[in-house]
Amino acid sequence: MIDRRDFCKKALLIAGGMAIPLSALELFDPKRLLAEKNDPSPTRWAFLVDTHKCVGCGFCVKACKIENEIPYDANVTRTWVERYIVARDGKTYIDSPKGGRDGFTTPKIDQGVEHQTEVRNEDIEKAFFVPKLCNQCDNPPCVQVCPVGATYQTADGVVLVDRSWCIGCGYCIMGCPYGVRFFHPVYHVAEKCNFCYHRISKGMKTACVDACPFGARRIGNLKNPNDPVTKVIMTERVGVLKEEYGTKPQVFYVGLSREVK
Amino acid sequence: MKSHVWRPLYIVLGVIVLVMLAKAILVPKDFGIGERGYMYGWHRKGNEADWKAVKVKYKTMDYCKECHQDKYDDLRQSPHAAIQCENCHGPALDHPDDPPTLTIDRHRDLCIRCHARLPYNGSGRGAIRGITPETHHPEAECVLCHYPHNPKLEAKR
Amino acid sequence: MVHGEAWTIKEFFCYPNEYIYWTIQIVMYPFMTGLVAGAFVLSSLYHVFGVKQLKEIARFSLVFSFALLPVAMMPLMLHLQQPQRGIEVMMTPHFTSAIAAFGIVFTTYALIVASEIWFVYRAYFVETATTLGEKRERGLWEGILYLIYRILIMGAWDISHEAREKDEKAVKILAGIGIPVACFLHGYAGFIFGSVKANALWMTPLMPVIFICSAVVSGIALCIVTYTVTMELRKMISARKRQQKPWLPSTDELKSAEVQVVTMTSKYLLMFLVLAITLEILDLVFRGYTALKSWDILRSVIYDKDFFKIFVLQYGCGNALPFVLLLLPRLSLKRVVFCSLLVLMGVFMMRWNVVIGGQAFSSSFAGFMEYRLPIWPETMELFKEGLFGAMFVAITPFVLFFGITRILPVFNLKDSH
Repeated sequence: MIDRRDFCKKALLIAGGMAIPLSALELFDPKRLLAEKNDPSPTRWAFLVDTHKCVGCGFCVKACKIENEIPYDANVTRTWVERYIVARDGKTYIDSPKGGRDGFTTPKIDQGVEHQTEVRNEDIEKAFFVPKLCNQCDNPPCVQVCPVGATYQTADGVVLVDRSWCIGCGYCIMGCPYGVRFFHPVYHVAEKCNFCYHRISKGMKTACVDACPFGARRIGNLKNPNDPVTKVIMTERVGVLKEEYGTKPQVFYVGLSREVK
Repeated sequence: MKSHVWRPLYIVLGVIVLVMLAKAILVPKDFGIGERGYMYGWHRKGNEADWKAVKVKYKTMDYCKECHQDKYDDLRQSPHAAIQCENCHGPALDHPDDPPTLTIDRHRDLCIRCHARLPYNGSGRGAIRGITPETHHPEAECVLCHYPHNPKLEAKR
Repeated sequence: MVHGEAWTIKEFFCYPNEYIYWTIQIVMYPFMTGLVAGAFVLSSLYHVFGVKQLKEIARFSLVFSFALLPVAMMPLMLHLQQPQRGIEVMMTPHFTSAIAAFGIVFTTYALIVASEIWFVYRAYFVETATTLGEKRERGLWEGILYLIYRILIMGAWDISHEAREKDEKAVKILAGIGIPVACFLHGYAGFIFGSVKANALWMTPLMPVIFICSAVVSGIALCIVTYTVTMELRKMISARKRQQKPWLPSTDELKSAEVQVVTMTSKYLLMFLVLAITLEILDLVFRGYTALKSWDILRSVIYDKDFFKIFVLQYGCGNALPFVLLLLPRLSLKRVVFCSLLVLMGVFMMRWNVVIGGQAFSSSFAGFMEYRLPIWPETMELFKEGLFGAMFVAITPFVLFFGITRILPVFNLKDSH
């Protein structure tokens, strides 16, 4: 029989023996240490959407599709604009025909299956537009579920897709609660908004931010306290989408409403 | 260990060696754990540069004004000041080298993106002067009467 | 055309990029892996737990499980947008993803099943190869067989009593390891769905367990059906042969053995069926009772849009009806087979209702999507994700099984396994 002292001794020995190789791994992985100790990147991109300012012109969607080479007539888009109409009877109508690419030019609301409805002006309690794009989450579930490491987050917080490595399983599309991902109609791999990584890394703004005439979309660097966007996010009341999923979205909204999905 | 029972194990070892070999050949050399750790940063480093190398198509107003200062000045004075040239004229790309001319889109669709009347109080849209496209001179291009670079100077037309 | 547009119909508000991306092939994937796992568990009941009555069906289901193995991978290859890159799952696995371990788990399982079969059949290989080797003149087919067996033996020609005892022990151990691995392989398919937090219908910790139970159910059911059909065919053949060789076993002898095996197996079917139904109902009750944010849309999918598929086809015809039929007295062979077919349909509908049902509503909770199964394969995409692609996957295991049994006969072997 094994007595208590013996047991304790052996347990300690085994635990210690297992801890040494593990801690060695920690010690001798300089990249990891660097990443944890001093911040590797001076930048953390974040986005600010002011829904009060959006008028639903759709110039952002048009610019995005052309800038990022998403076939113009394909029914997928990296960014889109949703229209919310809350009627007096409490019903909420939402639509985003072609992602809002051609703007909202009619009071008719697209209800799918080639069906349209209309709320009379006097019956509208409130109505507004909400632009959507990738939230570049701090805990991106889409990245977590990629089986091959084809999608990843850069040091400055942008989630990218490696078109030469994606196997097209669609798990990331399923994993995103915001529905921002889709299959690229030409390359047949997962595709998503990447804050126009080629523009922001050159000091430009994203195509959608540049295209917005109303200042409803802004992009900024959260790690720069003097950035005007960061100031708004830090000092004013902002919301995020679907916080309950624990994804920590980095697209912040001014003027969110409970109807927004 | 001489027993025949271990024979299938040789196959297993063979499979493992094969996978290792394939790994050595097929996995790009720059594949590894990035700044965001294994969970969020497991990727091919070279891909970041691939994305940065994507061509910029929308060059913004600053690019346009280098040659078209007059149009730029006109626009700056108008309620349309915040609208980028490229919103209506399309992306500059490498204009004037490629393409040498940008198409001038005079279609009503461009204007009614904002000016189709939708009285939505919850957004800026309600405050924009709008028309009902079906009844407001449906046959005509807006630019016949309105000067897009400065709609205040309608008399110009 | 955007991937998914051809078969998705949207109603009310869905996000612009939402389509039914996971279609019939992803229904086939858990269905097929379920059959693999179930067939293996059935064979292990004999090998590990020594359920003697299952001896005859045990070897059958083991080989059948082996034939189903490559087919479990087929739907995935047909589903991937870049199937040629599928190997990357082994090259740069990202283990935080539930799919990443697929390659490893699948290969491990395949190796276990293959080695178990090797131990079961080794003595047969050696005997056959020896007989063939002694033959002066071999036909072409015999020559090929002789070569195949010699390779398969891998130099282990020893079939002394001790060696064969070792084989038996190895089979027992492998079958023992195989059960948890088979359960893992399939519970893991359940985890792929259950861990998607973005999908309100999928996300439940019960998903892996539900998947395992329904997997075992479907695997047993398919073994019963295939076993009975094969036995019927053999009876027909032997009846014809008996006209020339009257000493062969008579049809009645074959039949009594068959009825006993099948009714015994159906008891296990019943057991796992009860477990599967209990868990599924528990899941449903729990969702209704806790009524989270997503319940409004889930309710309209479950009780309205998919009512026929869930309550009539899956629970009614697929679970309740065979349950009652199997419990009624004087169980006949025909009734067991009929019930097994119903159960198979029920499990298939369960997969359908999970995979397609989980995409029947938008993650905005404000709209619905309907899946129209593409029938006529006008393009490669419509073939792969349509009726014909699914049929292709469903037929392959039987073709493979036929091929494999040319080398590994599953009937009339007189060894001890």
